Amino acid sequence: MLELRDISVIRADYALRASMTVPRGARIAVIGASGAGKSTLLSLIGGFLAPDSGRILWDGQDITALPPGRRPVSFLFQDQNLFPHLSVAQNVGLGLRPDLRLNGAQRARVAQVLEEVGLAGMEDRRPASLSGGQQSRVALARVLLRARPLLLLDEPFAALGPALKSEMLDLLARIAAETRATVLIVTHDPQDARSFAPETVLIDGGIAQPPAPTGPLLDDPPPGLRAYLG
Amino acid sequence: MAAGVFAIRPAAGGAAVAAGLAALILGTLAAVALQARGLSGLGAWDWRAVWFTIWQAAVSGLLSAALAMPVARALARRRFPGRAALVTLLGAPFILPVIVAIMGLIAVFGRNGAINEGLRALGLPEFSVYGWQGVILAHVFFNLPLSVRLILQGWQAIPAERFRLAESLGFAPANLTRHLERPMLRAVLPGVWLAVFLVCLTSFTVALALGGGPSATTVELAIYQAFRFDFDLGRAATLGLVQIGLCLAAMLLTRRIAIPAAFGTGLDEAQGPQGPAGWRQGADALAIVAATAFLLWPILAVTAQGLPRIPALPPEVWAAALRSVVMALVSALLALVLCLTLALAIARGRAAWIEAAGMLPLVASPLVLGTGLFILLRGWFSTDALALPVTVAINAIMALPFGLRALIPAARTLRADYGRLADSLEMHGLARLRLVTLPRLARPLGFAGGLAAALAMGDLGVITLFASDQPTLPLKLYQLMNSYRMTDASACAVLLMVISFALFWLFDRGGRLA
Repeated sequence: MLELRDISVIRADYALRASMTVPRGARIAVIGASGAGKSTLLSLIGGFLAPDSGRILWDGQDITALPPGRRPVSFLFQDQNLFPHLSVAQNVGLGLRPDLRLNGAQRARVAQVLEEVGLAGMEDRRPASLSGGQQSRVALARVLLRARPLLLLDEPFAALGPALKSEMLDLLARIAAETRATVLIVTHDPQDARSFAPETVLIDGGIAQPPAPTGPLLDDPPPGLRAYLG
Repeated sequence: MAAGVFAIRPAAGGAAVAAGLAALILGTLAAVALQARGLSGLGAWDWRAVWFTIWQAAVSGLLSAALAMPVARALARRRFPGRAALVTLLGAPFILPVIVAIMGLIAVFGRNGAINEGLRALGLPEFSVYGWQGVILAHVFFNLPLSVRLILQGWQAIPAERFRLAESLGFAPANLTRHLERPMLRAVLPGVWLAVFLVCLTSFTVALALGGGPSATTVELAIYQAFRFDFDLGRAATLGLVQIGLCLAAMLLTRRIAIPAAFGTGLDEAQGPQGPAGWRQGADALAIVAATAFLLWPILAVTAQGLPRIPALPPEVWAAALRSVVMALVSALLALVLCLTLALAIARGRAAWIEAAGMLPLVASPLVLGTGLFILLRGWFSTDALALPVTVAINAIMALPFGLRALIPAARTLRADYGRLADSLEMHGLARLRLVTLPRLARPLGFAGGLAAALAMGDLGVITLFASDQPTLPLKLYQLMNSYRMTDASACAVLLMVISFALFWLFDRGGRLA
């Protein structure tokens, strides 16, 4: 269970407050106008940004002061999820050991997750020689391998076409189910929110609202969200 | 987004290096200051050196900027085969050992050079390459290419649309000059002048080889003479203080006049306007040919003289070459470690003093640092024991500002692009260095290492304060020159030039291939 207790960050150009509880295994969309603080919320949970006050807890344990890599979190960014100078297998293998000194069993495990995401035999390719969809699959293979209980995704598929995007969301749903992970995904597409996330966190006016059922929220949006959705 | 709030350990390395560097440089300067005797200790000779230093730097800057202008204009508006190679060649003097260029200038402008033979044949008075005119000639030789590159950047910064607009309005060349070129030159030229002025302010090797005497001694050379010939540490230190004062004053000037960045990209793009036809075409061709000849002739002359003689070089030259290569490699490695640590810390932002520490070497000239280190260490070590380590260390420190200029932007990009990914995968310490930092920064590291190695290889500065029984290759060359073994000296110069360029090429190439 993820808990944000009275979190607040105030900077010159933005401010965000958040208090919420997210049960284990939940799939949550994060929605709000651009600049509302969607990425800020994920950065707080991911450990890239320290809150001015408040605490973040995972299963009752305070993780507010933990560095990003030690949190129970896998993060997918908007871009640059792969190191271009490392092979596909190396990029995935980083999920097992940050120094890449993998033994035979670990290498076999890397090959196995690559097969699971449909990239069998692509171990030695470089990211630049892959399509956008394939690159997303490599990043998701690493998420699968790390099997961290909390998945944070900051519009990772925004650059993909609609068909590919829904394919990736399906893969993501499968991985989340397999690892029983809690998912928070930032999206600007209400359709994605409806199809993927039963619940949605709305960020408006510098406040991240607690999760609410997605369908009713989008059917009858509050004024701020209505203006954004148009 | 504020990143790296938790990553405290790696920043400590940068802070430690910066603190060490600041302590070393400021401590050395303090040692110089304590040893100094006050300005009353300087005689008329010393004040003439101060005056000459400022004067020759100002004139060298003026001449370089003025002569560079037509060359840059010609390169900006003409396309011809070999243009790209010529623009690249203009970057070469930066890593050409000073003493090699001096050998080249002597081969062309010296008593037995082609210029004076021509003058004699015509019954005209001879030109002496020694004295103030030689010092300025050498400074123009080194700084003309730099100035051309800087002004060329200014020309290429004028948007092509402007030129097209001018064309559609039917501008004559004179109108073009008035409305487009002159405003650009007014903005760029002061910076070009100042860049050359700064370089010439700490000129030592040129003054050592071509100057000297009451009318052509720079402050750096005066420090050397006080230290080496009179062994008057007090006067050397006082002159050191004067030199620091000159550098500081010049740094203050840079707050009023911006110096354009020297390592610009996009110098060889093929677009841009074609210049006017008619007599201006001939004038442009003349400017390009004259500048190319001025830069290549001395190098070709010394190569022609020295190349056949290389197999006959005495063994002590080869020993000196080996010594120099080892020293250059150690120096480059040291510079790279310092640069990388500083650049990574600077890329994390926040600590402005770390960046300032990295630029400190610009205030301290090599001879001042050498004098200071000698004062600090003479109680513990003999002069002979100090010579090589101090030279290696000072060469590494002097390469820092150039290395940082290449590495800081790359380190910032790396951090912005992959910092969060590496953090989220818990890549720290050696794993991060091996898997992310070194591969991603290989190119600027190779370039910076190449610069550091070539500069260290060709340096004839601090070493002259100390040693003569364990000479580096540039010092050996200088000794050969002084004993008038000019053919051996030329061969030595070719060797030194080849090794310097090879070192740069190897590092740079290595970085590109990695």
